[in-house]
Amino acid sequence: MNFVRVLRATPFHARTAPLVRAQTWRRWAGYQVASAYEPHPDREYAAIRNAAGLIDVSPLHKYLIGGPHAARLLDRMVTRDVTRCELGQVLYTPWCDGDGKVLDDGTISRLDSRTYRLTSAEPNLRWLHMNAVGLDVTIDDVSAQTAALALQGPNSRAILQALGANVGNLQYFRLTHTNVRDIPLTISRTGYTGDLGYELWVRADDAVRLWDALIEAGTAYGIVPAGIWALDLARIEAGLIMLDVDYFSAPRAIIPDQKSSPFEINLGWAVSTSKGPFNGQRALDAERARAQQWAFVGLEIKWDSLERLFAERSLAPQLPTVAWRTSAPVYSGDHQVGYATSGCWSPLLKKYLALAHIQAPHFGVGSRLQMEITVEHRRKRADAVVRKLPFFDPERKRA
Amino acid sequence: MSAARYDAIVIGGGHNGLVAAAYLARAGKKTVVLERRHVLGGAAVTEEIFPGFKFSVFSYVVSLLRPEIIRDLDLPRHGLQILPLESTVTPMDNGDYLAAWGDADESRFELERHSPHDAEAMVEFGRLMHHMAMAVKPILGMLPPDPASLSPSDLKGLLKLGGHFRSLGAERFHALHKLMTMSSADYLDEWFEFDTLKATKSASGIIGTFLGPRSPGSAYVLLHHYMGEIDGAFRAWGFQRGGTGAISNAIASAARALGAEIRTEAAVERVTVSGGRATGVALANGDELSAPIVVSSLDPRRTFLDLVDPKALPADLVTDVRRYKFRGSSGKVNLALSGLPDFTCMPGVGPHLRGAVSISPSVEYLERAYDDAKYGEFSRHPYMDIVIPSMIDPGMAPPGKHVMSIFVQYAPFQINGGWDDAKRDAFGNAVIDTVSRYAPNLKSLILHKQVITPADIERITGLSEGNIFAGELALQQLFFLRPSAQWAKYATPIDGYWQCGSGTHPGGGIMGAPGRLAAQQILKAAR
Repeated sequence: MNFVRVLRATPFHARTAPLVRAQTWRRWAGYQVASAYEPHPDREYAAIRNAAGLIDVSPLHKYLIGGPHAARLLDRMVTRDVTRCELGQVLYTPWCDGDGKVLDDGTISRLDSRTYRLTSAEPNLRWLHMNAVGLDVTIDDVSAQTAALALQGPNSRAILQALGANVGNLQYFRLTHTNVRDIPLTISRTGYTGDLGYELWVRADDAVRLWDALIEAGTAYGIVPAGIWALDLARIEAGLIMLDVDYFSAPRAIIPDQKSSPFEINLGWAVSTSKGPFNGQRALDAERARAQQWAFVGLEIKWDSLERLFAERSLAPQLPTVAWRTSAPVYSGDHQVGYATSGCWSPLLKKYLALAHIQAPHFGVGSRLQMEITVEHRRKRADAVVRKLPFFDPERKRA
Repeated sequence: MSAARYDAIVIGGGHNGLVAAAYLARAGKKTVVLERRHVLGGAAVTEEIFPGFKFSVFSYVVSLLRPEIIRDLDLPRHGLQILPLESTVTPMDNGDYLAAWGDADESRFELERHSPHDAEAMVEFGRLMHHMAMAVKPILGMLPPDPASLSPSDLKGLLKLGGHFRSLGAERFHALHKLMTMSSADYLDEWFEFDTLKATKSASGIIGTFLGPRSPGSAYVLLHHYMGEIDGAFRAWGFQRGGTGAISNAIASAARALGAEIRTEAAVERVTVSGGRATGVALANGDELSAPIVVSSLDPRRTFLDLVDPKALPADLVTDVRRYKFRGSSGKVNLALSGLPDFTCMPGVGPHLRGAVSISPSVEYLERAYDDAKYGEFSRHPYMDIVIPSMIDPGMAPPGKHVMSIFVQYAPFQINGGWDDAKRDAFGNAVIDTVSRYAPNLKSLILHKQVITPADIERITGLSEGNIFAGELALQQLFFLRPSAQWAKYATPIDGYWQCGSGTHPGGGIMGAPGRLAAQQILKAAR
């Protein structure tokens, strides 16, 4: 049979594919990416927190927005004030439909005076065009032509410097254009791990050469290719939300309850109160004026409680070895007051963590709740406490 | 000879007649089904037209069969087995193709090749159509209330319906309104830009109707085809193992297990009526059977104008039935093949041959196909939905050989000069010539061909004017107007005489809902 390839390969596939030792592949936006390169992600995760993890994030959707009205288009589309985005600055922001329900979240990088790059989890070309009516802009989907790597961890700066990249003064959420071994690339001090880290944006044709350069220069600094399992642990510790896991894009919702406003997913800080008109502004202003109904918070599941519930069945506490992405009910007394959507055992913090949607009035930091866990085929409720996000926020992230 | 006595007689062994009989038997009624042909199923029959090659002669795919019927009659135990029909490939005139695969990522990338805009719009469109199917689904299982009536049961039904529509919310109600009023081409224009995509999607809006993609009302037919669900998933179509006749046989087996008697080659001449009450039927062979309940699964024309004396019916009903539009517009070409067709746009043997191949390169192509029919000719270049069931169900053809089913639109029943053998040959040749434009080796593979015109559909199955839905699926012939305003609840003006075919609510396709709803009404009236 004459089969066509179902999943796309990223520009790094020639390097990453031989490293995936246990065939632990997964899908990400239609691309084939590694869950882990080694049979277990422990060392990959450890590198993110102790050396440097190298993560292929090429499946992100990437758009170049140019022209005299580029800033106006983006400002009209997203909830943050893009007019204040300085040259070389990166903004993280959600964007909403007319009802103030989140469509997607991503970053806007100001590459030069009138060119911006938007990254997103879902395709957004149609939405960009719908918002661009009457504006003098160019919109290019450069997803396939642009490869992206996240270099994350305490040694990430040193590795880039060893390659001659001038990132010593690069501030958090700023970017620089540079060359590494004659490869032109853009380096932004951004990432999805909550650690010191950078994202490298390069032409797909140069992807393999860049990978080789990083591995060569990084080996002395403990660089380790890391897959999505390791990234997932790090992003939960960092309290970072994930589309299709922690919330759903409004157009995919079957029922209204499946939609979220920015306030409900801990992104209220990213909704400008002072900028000009933007999608969902009216609804979001009205929502801000009301008492908040839902919040997205961190939960710490108490060890004593876990130990006790497992001890009832003569077991030691069984902890998730990779992050889970199912939905676990959260209770206050006998009432369900929310649900957790991601969780993991944090190898660094030595705590069982979860990210959860909690209803008022139970979402205050310190609230004592219970999360459902399964102990030897039986549903139990473990004590949990609402914690401030991020769970892990090292000085070096911004320093 | 005294007439054999039954509690209920069902005229016609099509799937709806069999469903009605199964439900009546399940309620303890001594029931007999009378089928004119030697084979059960009506338009859902499998026949070995050519030695070793089995064909779903008429209806060829399944999706709309109501899940509650599958459960109530435990059809899987009686042989229901739906095999997946995962993809649709549309060859384009420039040598390229458009494919919709079973996998969402794969389909998105494929559509992105043609239009990134449409690939994104598809997500939202899919969600909306899911909502619309959800919105209409309860109506499929509902007795249509008469909006002009003040009877408590009608008012209750209308209130229920009103409440249901209110619960949709504004956005979905507006979308439903559009679907009920627009043409499928206009409706799809609101969403998509890629012509071949719009054409392939709008084809669902013309199947079995005498409408073009630009005719208002075709958007509803589009929705009708979206309502199909398999295992709870909307818009899923599949093949029955052994052809659609195996579905009819599964329902028949369930009916027999419940105590129903099923006779083939038992043509009913007329319904016997005495004092305004049905008393039984007279068969063509002279036999008479008696029963206080007689159910016709035939279409409204046969039910009201042929099986009973129209003089015994109210004149307005007779007029309504005379006005009821059939206008068969589809034909079928069934081919026995020595091997697999080689499509120029996707050479060789591949997954595309396990799915549908849609000949719908552009909206204009479909509209021009309709233009031919509008003026009384078959389409010189028709819309075609091609499947090769033997790719999925090897039992349909000898090893290495294949059966191809080509559904063809348009072939008008009222063709200039009437249908005859020469016209049938010309029609078959137009179909094969057009498919050969996309799969040039086709003619060299043909071992046998069966060409079916609407006149043949009428002659063989009894469906008036060869309409595959037992009456057009047009808005003026749906719900409380199917088949006639006062007689949309399966009863007739003759006491004890009932209707249960696809010409009643909620209409055509292998759905079974009319048979089930009718049986429920009959049993309610008998209590």
